[in-house]
Amino acid sequence: MSGLLVLIPVALVLGLAALATFLWALRSGQYDDLKGAGERILQDDPKDPDHR
Amino acid sequence: MTTEASIADVGAVTAADAEAALLALSTPGPDGTRVLEFAVPDAYCAACISAIEDGLTGLPQVKSARVNLTNRRVRVGFAPALGTALSLEDAIRRSGYRTHALDPDTDSNRDPVLSELARAMAVAGFAAANIMLFSVSVWAGADAPTRNLFHWLSALIALPSIAYAGRPFFRSAFAALRVGRTNMDVPISIGVTLATGLSLYETAISGAHAYFDASTMLLFFLLVGRTLDHLMRQRARGAIANLARLAPRGATLIAADGGHAFVPLDQIAPGDQLLLRAGERVPVDCRVISGNGEVDAALVTGESLPLSVGPGSELTAGAVNLAGSLTVEAVRAAANSFLAQMTALMEAAENTRTRYRRIADRAAAIYAPTLHLTALLTFLGWGLLTGDWHNALINAVAVLIITCPCALALAVPMVQTVAASRLFRSGIMMRDGTALERAAQIGAVVFDKTGTLTVGAPLLNRQLMGEDALLQLAADLAAHSDHALSKALVRAVNWVEPVSGEVREVPGEGIEAVRTDGVWRLGSARFCGATVGEDDSSSRVYLAHDGQCVAAFAFSDRVRTDAAAAIAELRQAGLAVEMASGDAPGPVAEVARQLSIERFAARQSPADKLDRLVAGEAAGDKLMMVGDGINDAPALRAAFVSMAPSSASDIGRSAADFVFTNERLTSVPFTLDIARRAQRLVVENLGIAIVYNALALPLAITGHVTPLIAALAMSGSSILVVANAMRLNLGRDLVAAPDGRGAPAAARQPA
Repeated sequence: MSGLLVLIPVALVLGLAALATFLWALRSGQYDDLKGAGERILQDDPKDPDHR
Repeated sequence: MTTEASIADVGAVTAADAEAALLALSTPGPDGTRVLEFAVPDAYCAACISAIEDGLTGLPQVKSARVNLTNRRVRVGFAPALGTALSLEDAIRRSGYRTHALDPDTDSNRDPVLSELARAMAVAGFAAANIMLFSVSVWAGADAPTRNLFHWLSALIALPSIAYAGRPFFRSAFAALRVGRTNMDVPISIGVTLATGLSLYETAISGAHAYFDASTMLLFFLLVGRTLDHLMRQRARGAIANLARLAPRGATLIAADGGHAFVPLDQIAPGDQLLLRAGERVPVDCRVISGNGEVDAALVTGESLPLSVGPGSELTAGAVNLAGSLTVEAVRAAANSFLAQMTALMEAAENTRTRYRRIADRAAAIYAPTLHLTALLTFLGWGLLTGDWHNALINAVAVLIITCPCALALAVPMVQTVAASRLFRSGIMMRDGTALERAAQIGAVVFDKTGTLTVGAPLLNRQLMGEDALLQLAADLAAHSDHALSKALVRAVNWVEPVSGEVREVPGEGIEAVRTDGVWRLGSARFCGATVGEDDSSSRVYLAHDGQCVAAFAFSDRVRTDAAAAIAELRQAGLAVEMASGDAPGPVAEVARQLSIERFAARQSPADKLDRLVAGEAAGDKLMMVGDGINDAPALRAAFVSMAPSSASDIGRSAADFVFTNERLTSVPFTLDIARRAQRLVVENLGIAIVYNALALPLAITGHVTPLIAALAMSGSSILVVANAMRLNLGRDLVAAPDGRGAPAAARQPA
């Protein structure tokens, strides 16, 4: 029973962290161009350093 | 104004006008920069991204350039003070890609509906997964204190999540109820709200059954379906928006002092003098004042061959000036021009589609009242028979939950999403979900001729006179001109060589080359000194040597290579085929003969075409219209369902339900086949949902449904429905036309 008291908050926090990560990724436009993101891996290092 | 003077003039002002037109499309960015978005339909790989982005960032004015490969666009931020917007376009072209600037309103990078759906889906998914975690322990037989704790924790997660993720459904249900109708969202909202409310009550009194997992899971499944559906539709809309805009945004006004200025379309007044360069579209209905040339009215009237125009000729908005600069006088303002008249006809014609009710909504209209009545009867029945009103309420809510139309709500959208993605892969964009349902019901297809059944551009038909070898020389000369017939000549030979000697183009007449072996002229009959019998001289090009006509070439439009196959497939599917064209009776009959179409009509005005469809509608026929021209737009709108090629006029494209970019006419039977199969699957899915309800309802009414059974039944039926919808993916996709005209965008290598 005492194990649950630790595990349940841990599970919920991890779940919330995943949710927050997804929402952040959505907001920062990482889902705008899924096809392009896959192809950009193949590029050489961009000259522009703040290329995301 | 002499011809030479006006041409020199034109060169100087063209760039300034084009720059102004381009800047008008840009939106303000940070730090005084402007942002422009260009379509790059041919970009498809990592190399394309770097080629385009490097080409752009090499320019001094470019601050940022980012290619989006999903919607095939590039967004450029630039400082207008450091360089022109035109050079951006040039840079992309120099990288080897076709491009054109997009209207800022077609920008769909930030779609508020999609992000709302995606966020709601994420929240519902998080809630469903975590509540399920507790529910499994409860079902496994947790003792009462643990169960109560888990119920409270579930409630803590479920309540805010449902309030957030359920908003799209609650809003839509409320909107429907307010106007006295029901849709699928009404039973969903009622089911979710009641289930949550009851579960909360059960939790408060330490009851055994809570349905938090069922309500969040229901919302999650439905949101996944809706997000996919929305994503698919957005992709189709984006692809249509990427097609080049054909209608002009403005025109070059010739001021009283002879100066030129670019003015937007709506500021052109009747009586204004405008300059119409070769290649430009006629902005408003106007009359030629000076200059000779030829116009292509294929999109306006359906006439397949270019028309010669001179001073006094009336031009209709939407036609293309093929050769030579013309000075024209506006006859009507844009708001009264041909295009606007077509829009007015379209608006008058628009009623068949708004009257159409979706299958899902029709099903909901029967389903929702039945369901709610059953729940009410269950409640009253249990209450009156046993006197235990608490138990009666639990059983009534169990009825609502178990029948909550998860499978039913997914039955139609899942099929439509799979169908839309299937069509998208084949180069057919579906604009509207109901289009698929409507397409499954049609009995006949009406085709336009020019640009739909035919290629819509002149092709060399045969050489009328002269030695065969002269064709090569004619093509070499033709390579110096942009005229439609010249291009057709060049296409007719394998290669062209530069012509030695001095070559010049005489606008509206032809090309003249002065060589050591004499003066060669390629062009109109008058220019080449040929005698013409019939009046169809515009379809012919002559070659003259030292004033003596030595060869003549005849051109005609050509039937699309797969037109016969498409019509055969349609007939096989049991559909009648007819043709309505604005072209002259001769060419129409010829195409009808080639494709063995028995019912055809020539010289059809836009209103005639519209009448044909309205008459068919009145007779109870459900007709599909396939057309491309401005003159087809009212008919495309009036038809029960309609389709247009990507080469269609802007107004035609926006009026059509489907736009096919693969340049294959077999898209028509393919779409109809998919639509019919989708219809079958929808019926099957609705059947599955009904069978499921028939099995589950007695259990719920008799009070044998526990949350575990509800969760299993709901997931089971949803998975069955989704799996059934996936069957639409079976079968072969349509491949885009392999020949030069309309090569698939994705397969074309950058130059």
